[in-house]
Amino acid sequence: MSGDPGKDDKKPETPGTGAGGASGPTGASNPGSAGTAFGPQEIARRDVSGSTAGRAREGMFGIQGSGDTTGFGGLRLPGYAPAPAERPYGGWFDEVADEAAAALADDTDAPGVDFDTCVHQVTVDRGEMTWYVDREHLVRLARTLRDDPALRFEFCSGVSGVDYGEGVPQQLHVVVHLLSMTYRRRLRLEVALELDDAHCPSLVDVYPTADWHERETWDMFGIVFDGHPSLTRILMPDDWNGHPQLKSYPLGGIPVEYHDAEIPPPDQRRAYT
Amino acid sequence: MSTTHDDPARPDPYGASSRETTEGTVYTVTGGDWDEMVDQTAGDERIVINMGPQHPSTHGVLRLVLELQGEVVTDARLVIGYLHTGIEKNCEYRTWTQGVTFVTRADYLAPIFNETAYCLSTERLLGIEVPERAATIRVLLMEINRIGSHLVALATGGMELGALTGMTNGFREREEVLHLLEFLTGLRMNHAFVRPGGVVQDLPEGYEERIRSFITVMRERLPGFHKLLTGNRIWRQRLEGVGYLPVDGCLALGVTGPILRSAGLAWDLREVDPYLGYEHYDFEVPTETAADSFARYLLRVEEMNQSLRIIEQVLDRLEPGPVMIQDAKIAWPAKLSIGADGMGNSLEHVRQIMGQSMESLIHHFKLVTEGFKVPPGQAYVPIESPRGEMGAHLVSDGGTRPLRVHMRDPSFVNLQSAPAMSEGGMVSDVIAALASLDPVMGGCDR
Repeated sequence: MSGDPGKDDKKPETPGTGAGGASGPTGASNPGSAGTAFGPQEIARRDVSGSTAGRAREGMFGIQGSGDTTGFGGLRLPGYAPAPAERPYGGWFDEVADEAAAALADDTDAPGVDFDTCVHQVTVDRGEMTWYVDREHLVRLARTLRDDPALRFEFCSGVSGVDYGEGVPQQLHVVVHLLSMTYRRRLRLEVALELDDAHCPSLVDVYPTADWHERETWDMFGIVFDGHPSLTRILMPDDWNGHPQLKSYPLGGIPVEYHDAEIPPPDQRRAYT
Repeated sequence: MSTTHDDPARPDPYGASSRETTEGTVYTVTGGDWDEMVDQTAGDERIVINMGPQHPSTHGVLRLVLELQGEVVTDARLVIGYLHTGIEKNCEYRTWTQGVTFVTRADYLAPIFNETAYCLSTERLLGIEVPERAATIRVLLMEINRIGSHLVALATGGMELGALTGMTNGFREREEVLHLLEFLTGLRMNHAFVRPGGVVQDLPEGYEERIRSFITVMRERLPGFHKLLTGNRIWRQRLEGVGYLPVDGCLALGVTGPILRSAGLAWDLREVDPYLGYEHYDFEVPTETAADSFARYLLRVEEMNQSLRIIEQVLDRLEPGPVMIQDAKIAWPAKLSIGADGMGNSLEHVRQIMGQSMESLIHHFKLVTEGFKVPPGQAYVPIESPRGEMGAHLVSDGGTRPLRVHMRDPSFVNLQSAPAMSEGGMVSDVIAALASLDPVMGGCDR
């Protein structure tokens, strides 16, 4: 949580790049940017790991090497990193953070693990609070959030994943949405993972509803939930290869002829993003 | 009952057959030949039955693997994914506006809810509020849609239990809903009518009379379900005490909607966390305490009545005004209107961009082909769909396409509770329990 967001820090090599190439064609998620447009050296990296959430951008339409002289190609945007929130967070956010810190401090089962150890960044954005959690402490934190009388996040809305794309450090995120029906509050827990070490502890013991959600996240992103009772594919067939929601997994599709013009499949059309 | 074919020279091609596998004997049973199989397996206590994915009683392409001890289900496993269409992945390759067309197809019985959850989440990312009239129209459409969805739940639920008149009545009433939605939005299903920033166009002329007559018709016909089913002894015996799931089970398994309310917890997001101005409407959140299939049936009927109340209040609240946000950088540039050949750009707009203003043409072209940029970040907006908490978790990296679209669909989550509801009960009660869950596989598998 400390220090500058570090948007200008450039890191020559990012861990996700090598592993990403193995699972699918590089840059297939966005051929408009043709893979090379956003090389690893362009990617901003935060000194606080796990909260970079977006790739850096260059040029206006993601088009390279066209001899353009208008200056569109000169645009440089760093990768987005959600800013850590400063106290006071506002509303009930402070209360929940304080209560969680007190509950973790009182927990005699694991002395020495306090709030700052579990949660390395708190972000408040658009009226929603996100805690970036270290995976080692996810289950313990969730159990505290569920059981503490002042917190009572007794309901888990869902667990899902996000792939922020190749070149982004810790590109895989596990997102858990919790709901306190008692206090009518919603909280998001986020765990950032490396693509080549996509392991996250399972929340099934704390929230049985996470069972199918975690199976879906495994199926779609290849994130292994350690401790899950039966982590099998759920939406794709059992013998499927690959994890479809990864950015390196191509969308597929065939060109379609329409009014004498050939329309390329959606993942090969020009992207302006 | 005997369906045995007496002539050995002409074996029944649809009759029971069996083959040996490493797991034991596997029988293929097609219906009336159950007795034959039971004779053959006499002495074997445990049978594993595969029901679905194509089966009229499994509520869509859902597969159930049931382990039976006699007629008692000892183990139930659900297999889903047969209707997975990659809606979430596809959204990542379209603009934010185009995404509406995809998500509306997820839970196909509640398309307006998918669209609204997606659009509310997009709007939170954009940091915009839709105009009052757009919000009110969304509420109107959602409540009409809720009635339609509950009617299908009753109809298919009735059919699965053999109450075929319940089915024909339910679908007849739903037809009224679909006619009305077609009149209001242009399509019976998959409307894509709710868009980021508002709704795609204003309600057509004469909407008020049509909706008022719809309310009159529904007020007449909804009590018919009570006459037909509520007091019906067979209906009650099939449903009462079946599919029991108390509040703690619901919370642990993430179950919401009528199932949670049938266990006594008045949790309705319209009431506890109002969105789109639901706090202005006077309606009740009906609850039951029996936590069984019959309670859920009663709740669905009552929720339809409450929806009618909301629709009436919407008609009184609708004030003239814009139905799309005024920000020209987000709002769809064309003034869409219904022409002789369906919905399209209004003639006035075409004249302007083709004949008068080149800047308007550029603006139209850029916004339609490129889309609008959404500031980076993530948002999760839940709404109360007919089946429970329908949430849209959207992530933007600052581009014109979503980085991630995740629909937290209540069918997916609620289905997890089917084993808890049916294990230990009769095999026939599995059907009743499943019907009371009202899963829609399009939403479940996405």
